[in-house]
Amino acid sequence: MNGRIVAVYGNIVIAEANGQVFQNSIGYCLRQDGAKLLSEVIRVRGRLADLQVFEETRGLKVGDTVEFQEEMLSVVLGPGLLGQIYDGLQNPLPQLAAQIGFFLEPGKYIHGLSAETRWPFTSARPAGQTVTAGDTLGSVPEGIFTHQIKVPFRMNQEYRIEKIAEPGEYTVEHPIAQLKDQNGVEYTITMQQKWPVKIPLNLARRRLMPQDPLVTRIRIIDSMFPVVRGGTYCIPGPFGAGKTVLQQITSRHAEVDIVILAACGERAGEVVETLREFPELIDPRTGKSLMERTIIICNTSAMPVAAREASVYTAATLGEYYRQMGLNVLLLADSTSRWAQAMREVSGRLEEIPGEEAFPAYLESRIAAFYERAGALELTDGSTGSLTIGGTVSPAGGNFEEPVTQATLKVVGAFHGLSRARSDARRYPSIDPLDSWSKYTGIIDPDKSIRARRILRRGNEVRQMMTVVGEEGTSVDDYLVALKADFFDNCYLQQNAFDAVDAATPAQRQQFVFDKVLTVLELPLEVQEKDQARQLMVKISDLFRNWNYAAQDTEEYQKILEQIDSFIAAKGK
Amino acid sequence: MRKYYDEITRIAGNVITVTATGVGYDELAVISSKRGTSLAQVIRLEGDQVSLQVFAGTQGVSTEDRVQFLNSPMQVPFTDDLLGRVFDGACRPRDDRAILEENKVSIGSPTVNPVRRRMPDHMVHTGIPMIDIFNSLVESQKLPIFSVAGEPYNELLARVGLQANADIIILGGMGLRHDDYLKFRDAFEKGGVLGRTIMFIHTAADPVVECLLVPDLCLAVGEQYALQNKRVLVLLTDMTAFSDALKEISIIMEQIPSNRGYPGDLYTQLARRYEKAVDFDGAGSMTILACVTMPGDDVTHPVPDNTGYITEGQFYLRNGRIEPFGSLSRLKQQVNGKTRDDHRAIMDACIQLYALCRESREKRDMGFEMSPWDHKLLKYGSLFEKKIMELSVNIPLFEALDRCWNILAECFDPAETGIRRAVIDAHWPKK
Ligand SMILES: Nc1ncnc2c1ncn2[C@@H]1O[C@H](COP(=O)(O)OP(=O)(O)OP(=O)(O)O)[C@@H](O)[C@H]1O
Ligand SMILES: [Mg+2]
Repeated sequence: MNGRIVAVYGNIVIAEANGQVFQNSIGYCLRQDGAKLLSEVIRVRGRLADLQVFEETRGLKVGDTVEFQEEMLSVVLGPGLLGQIYDGLQNPLPQLAAQIGFFLEPGKYIHGLSAETRWPFTSARPAGQTVTAGDTLGSVPEGIFTHQIKVPFRMNQEYRIEKIAEPGEYTVEHPIAQLKDQNGVEYTITMQQKWPVKIPLNLARRRLMPQDPLVTRIRIIDSMFPVVRGGTYCIPGPFGAGKTVLQQITSRHAEVDIVILAACGERAGEVVETLREFPELIDPRTGKSLMERTIIICNTSAMPVAAREASVYTAATLGEYYRQMGLNVLLLADSTSRWAQAMREVSGRLEEIPGEEAFPAYLESRIAAFYERAGALELTDGSTGSLTIGGTVSPAGGNFEEPVTQATLKVVGAFHGLSRARSDARRYPSIDPLDSWSKYTGIIDPDKSIRARRILRRGNEVRQMMTVVGEEGTSVDDYLVALKADFFDNCYLQQNAFDAVDAATPAQRQQFVFDKVLTVLELPLEVQEKDQARQLMVKISDLFRNWNYAAQDTEEYQKILEQIDSFIAAKGK
Repeated sequence: MRKYYDEITRIAGNVITVTATGVGYDELAVISSKRGTSLAQVIRLEGDQVSLQVFAGTQGVSTEDRVQFLNSPMQVPFTDDLLGRVFDGACRPRDDRAILEENKVSIGSPTVNPVRRRMPDHMVHTGIPMIDIFNSLVESQKLPIFSVAGEPYNELLARVGLQANADIIILGGMGLRHDDYLKFRDAFEKGGVLGRTIMFIHTAADPVVECLLVPDLCLAVGEQYALQNKRVLVLLTDMTAFSDALKEISIIMEQIPSNRGYPGDLYTQLARRYEKAVDFDGAGSMTILACVTMPGDDVTHPVPDNTGYITEGQFYLRNGRIEPFGSLSRLKQQVNGKTRDDHRAIMDACIQLYALCRESREKRDMGFEMSPWDHKLLKYGSLFEKKIMELSVNIPLFEALDRCWNILAECFDPAETGIRRAVIDAHWPKK
């Protein structure tokens, strides 16, 4: 069905349709030079359809044709997604570069999966069995994983397997099964299927309470503000506070099967770093390159803004797809504020009634619905899979009292708030240990982390008091508490992302070190003077700092451990 | 023969609406009025009503004036004849020399495919320790100087521009004072780089909207040179003037402002320009240094705030010094691991200690007793300021690192610096 353009304003086109239009269906605006620009219907009023165009609208004219489709904006799912670098609409960027060179070109689209790659398929069920949506028909190896080929998720009836492919190598376009429904209609199944990105994909027996710790190997997160598999968390922080670096470290070290990085409206350079480095980095757990477990969705700030809005949904859908195979997936979105701003831009052009700071009134529900796509599932075959979502938030002026941060805090399970004061003082990761929180239980006994936190809090109170009464007005005991709090911060909570050893601390080492740290924090040190207290704490801090840099079970590690133990035994004397 | 349209139905602010058909979005037009001609750009199509932003402003435009559409977006000539030339915000010569018409390229080219970018790894040596040690500048970086009126930000921009050793320097002036423009010219002339400089200058006396095109003109030309394997440096001053012009247009277009009158797409508009900074995989590079004056010295103001979220760090210029706090080069870790093995350790330790020194100063100013530790910090702070922070200091990186070690050794015991033992052992100055 066709229509014609009656208005163009920014990335919004209004078209007059001469037939049926579906909300959220896609359309193509035909520019007069032949380019077909992908768009999505986002409002229908009478015969007028408002479309957001996923490209620059430069050159479109009133009177140009719009081709309306029935399908919604979708991604293709199948083997070959891992290791890919896609734009927000799932166009593989390396292939686009091979075809058009340095620049992206409006209207150039490439299918998300290669039609040439052959995958060695093994069937999981014989012909004659009855199956339904999400049941496994067979599998292919994809890197280190067994990629299950499923009955397409939208086929929610019961089907009889009429035919299933012999073991052999097939492309994603080759039929691998023939299914028949109760009315005798037959369906040809291939290894790829489409799914609309804005509809959650979660076929399961039930949703589980997320509770398995997701170890990121970042001490302040795992020990103090843990994340769990299937949970959600957010990282708000002013510019330059370290949100992206934190996500980059997490994407390297997190103990999950698959990581999806959604670079949403941020810098292209940051994506380049990842895509140049990951293929070279070996994942110690698998011995393979990190890229084999990673998918990058990249819609940088200079790319069209409507595609930015779509990119987080594209990422979520790919994550949900691998969750359906019983895998643990981590989706890191940087930054959800850019996604919210994309909504704001579109909403403004549609002249919708604005809410706070001109964000649309539906901002909160969209944010909630996005994080709802995370979760741990008991799948229909009894296995479990999870999708964890961590999103950064970039609040205007670094002030958390703004709509996106506030709406996010209402729905997530953990809050890692970055502080300007900490990043200015180069205390990385700059997660504020006093303001942040997590509703989850991690690898450290909650009672112990509460004890450590209490000292941190008291130390902070003493420091504040000291700004009023000075050091001389502070008792030696209080002064010592402040020093201990500093020690905990400097030697445990802070971590050097650029040191090979310190960058990632495995769970078991964290538990061991945390116990030592807690012992020092609670150690009754007999000191008479403040300077003596300071010198003692400088000494133990120096030991712990060097301990952090020592690889586990090396001679150096053992030597420092002995020094620490004797410091503890002698109570610092 | 191109068609004229003369039914202007609305004139408001710097926007006119004309009845016309067959017009493309973003297309350029020429408006001829009694006052002369001006370029205008299509910013909205609605049936046969075409809205255009008029770069020279609408003063004196009448409902009878003629609008002629050019069937293309704004273009800029790209030839080596540009070198040494000066243009205004509408790309007209400002130097009484010939109008260039050859080889026109459209401004606002599509986005660079991220996979065709390479990881930047060439450090730009500036001779300023606060940059070279603490926040190294890297080729292809996009970096603003945050400052306020009265600070020598244009001087700093020119100084870095000269020391950066680029193949092509492009200066974009927005709302520039005429004498500032002359200062740039003098600096480039004295530095002997005028022959590889191109300037697009919008001065405070020119129509406000004309500054909107300046960044795009600079970046379009710069990008072409970068594609020809050149290392391009673009200097933009002042991006706050550019943002204010955006604000003006959006208000006239009755867009709902998001924050202090600025449009909701300010981030996108700025990002589309700054993201042009690039190190091509298989061609040259373009570095962008911009100046952003902060209204009311407030970094949370929407212009610096959005800029900070886009650029790869920022330098705060305050009291004639580059502030160690807040100033940040996000690309520094791409280069500072390969300079000298103590570079990073010095970078971290000196700043952490300087932060502690500031705390001690606060305590002192409140009249509290100073501990021996406080005294060490105070001594360190004043040495550091004098020998490293002053903008007049102009020394190479290694010399600056050695100077830092000497300052540390003069003030502290090794363990007090928080620097790991191995580095201390290798570098601590022997008495
Ligand atoms: N863990 C860390 N260790 C060392 N340096 C860090 C760390 N985190 C951040 N930094 C420094 O801070 C800079 C900015 O960090 P990052 O890019 O992550 O900020 P951001 O919060 O994502 O900012 P924006 O909102 O503008 O994207 C980095 O380039 C790096 O120099
Ligand atoms: Mg970031």
